[in-house]
Amino acid sequence: MSEARFAHAINRSLDHAMAHDAKVVLLGEDIANAGGSFAVTRGLLDKYGPDRVIDMPIAENAIAGMAVGLAVGGFRPVIEIMFMDFMTLTMDALVNQAAKLHFMFGGQGAVPMVVRTQHGGGLNAGPQHSQCLEAWFAHVPGLKVVVPATLDDAYALLQSAIADPNPVIFVENKALYPMKGVLSDAPPAVPLGEARIARAGRDVTIVSYGAMVHKVMAAAQTLADDGIEAEVIDLRTVQPWDEACVLASLARTHRLVVAHEAVEAFGVGAEIVARMAQIGFDELDGPIMRVGGAFMPVPFGRTLEIDYMPGPAQVIAAVHGTYG
Amino acid sequence: MATIREAERHCGALFAAGEIPGFIHLSDGQEAVSVGVMAALRTDDTIASTHRGHGHALAKGLGLDGFFRELMGKADGACKGRGGSMHVADLSVGMLGANGIVGGGVAIALGSGLAQKLRGGDGLAVSFFGDGALAEGIIHEAFNIAKLKHVPILFVCENNGWSEFSPTSTQVSFTLEKLAAAYGIAWFGIDGSDVERVAQCAADIVARIRIERGPVVLECSTTRIRGHYEGDSQRYRNDPAPPVDPLAIARARLLDHGTAPAAIETIESTVNAIVNAAVDAARLSAEPSLQSALDDVYAQAGAAR
Repeated sequence: MSEARFAHAINRSLDHAMAHDAKVVLLGEDIANAGGSFAVTRGLLDKYGPDRVIDMPIAENAIAGMAVGLAVGGFRPVIEIMFMDFMTLTMDALVNQAAKLHFMFGGQGAVPMVVRTQHGGGLNAGPQHSQCLEAWFAHVPGLKVVVPATLDDAYALLQSAIADPNPVIFVENKALYPMKGVLSDAPPAVPLGEARIARAGRDVTIVSYGAMVHKVMAAAQTLADDGIEAEVIDLRTVQPWDEACVLASLARTHRLVVAHEAVEAFGVGAEIVARMAQIGFDELDGPIMRVGGAFMPVPFGRTLEIDYMPGPAQVIAAVHGTYG
Repeated sequence: MATIREAERHCGALFAAGEIPGFIHLSDGQEAVSVGVMAALRTDDTIASTHRGHGHALAKGLGLDGFFRELMGKADGACKGRGGSMHVADLSVGMLGANGIVGGGVAIALGSGLAQKLRGGDGLAVSFFGDGALAEGIIHEAFNIAKLKHVPILFVCENNGWSEFSPTSTQVSFTLEKLAAAYGIAWFGIDGSDVERVAQCAADIVARIRIERGPVVLECSTTRIRGHYEGDSQRYRNDPAPPVDPLAIARARLLDHGTAPAAIETIESTVNAIVNAAVDAARLSAEPSLQSALDDVYAQAGAAR
């Protein structure tokens, strides 16, 4: 057990996977010599060599498509797409090829590939370097989507993603990279699709994932000071998401808020809310509330972006909203 | 070549009769490319194909039974009736699929070629694409990467002059020869209707790739005898010359070389019989269940490798 940063947890997880499986190869822009634009892959080139840590030209579509060919060819490629905004350039390879191959070839083969990519605002990176687009991928049958919030989870979920026989979109909130925390020497395994109860509480369930979990936890502390005990669920995996965990919590608290940094409209929260309205309707004592980004591109300016980003205040307001 | 032509003839008839649903794109006129290139490959060499991929699939080793059952959407089709004509695949023979996206197979072949390289043997990947795909960005990304990373891949362009419903001359501002030269990749242009010529050239190139581990471009001039898809009225088409038929060329060549006409007729009648048998069997096959399809949306643990 040691103190580390979020980026280190991912680096160590990649290192562990590469040390234990020679079929794990990394491809991406500036990941080898430069060690990654956020230094997540630093040191891996020296350790595993240029045949396993492969610098690629700026060609996201080809990188993603090549990962499909590598995966079908017996490798376990982990590609890095430097910003989630650039995932727009990978869509054919991921949506039409990777997601469908196993299904449309009648169960032949598998596509064990991981796409590591970075979402999230807060760095004044502007409209094309800040978006949270995970809902797009969660909408595609055949893809899995993971968004870790803690160091141990980032480590363990990446292990599970690499071991999974399906294409997994592994989303890292870039604002979390410098976050310090405790990283276990051997973080416990976390299967994809299993949520974590980050805080137990009896009064309201707040479902979140990724960096937003930390803002929700801050909100929960404030709410506790006012006598409202929130149960905070960190989904960890967005597709498939842990419906049973959310429903069980709702059955305890009878109030539900879903919070994410991504734009609220047509987001991950919409799916969770729709399912709970259907299968958890009898448990509800108040309206379900959502918290998410306003329906606008992520703005650049310092105060503009601060005003844009959903935070604890919005979560607290939403919790009060569940009381009608 | 006779098998492919006979299979395509049946595909056209079955489509017209409503027994093959969806959209199909026949490869009549391009048989010599499939057969000539595949003659140079081993089972462990991989190919990624196009929407006009029947010939590639059959020549690489996909069985006629799995082929027709797939096109008819049956449970025991090569892809259990989930892919159809545009997705026929048989990974066990290195056929990584036809593809519904123009250029969609190019990066998959490139990745497969990289896998061949990293694995360490002398295997290679082949990317088939049409001249219409030259307008897609992925061609340029793939050429650049193949050259930079020394990927053992043969890019085979089947140049039939048509980008779907438009002459390629109205769609592409460059020649493939000059494009390949810009990336520093060797280019060979041949008559893709002459199966002997294709086979010889492919054998030479494949032997070179096995040793040199890098990309080569082979451009084959071909004819698209049928429309873009079956049912295409082709009102846009006004070809100056009659189509070049690779089967007619091969037949004349065989006769010149002293093959008895009866021997060729025997081939044709044999092919007719086995294709008919595959079609008859496909007609008797069961429809797939939705549940079995749902079960394969995701691969289960242990599916990889």
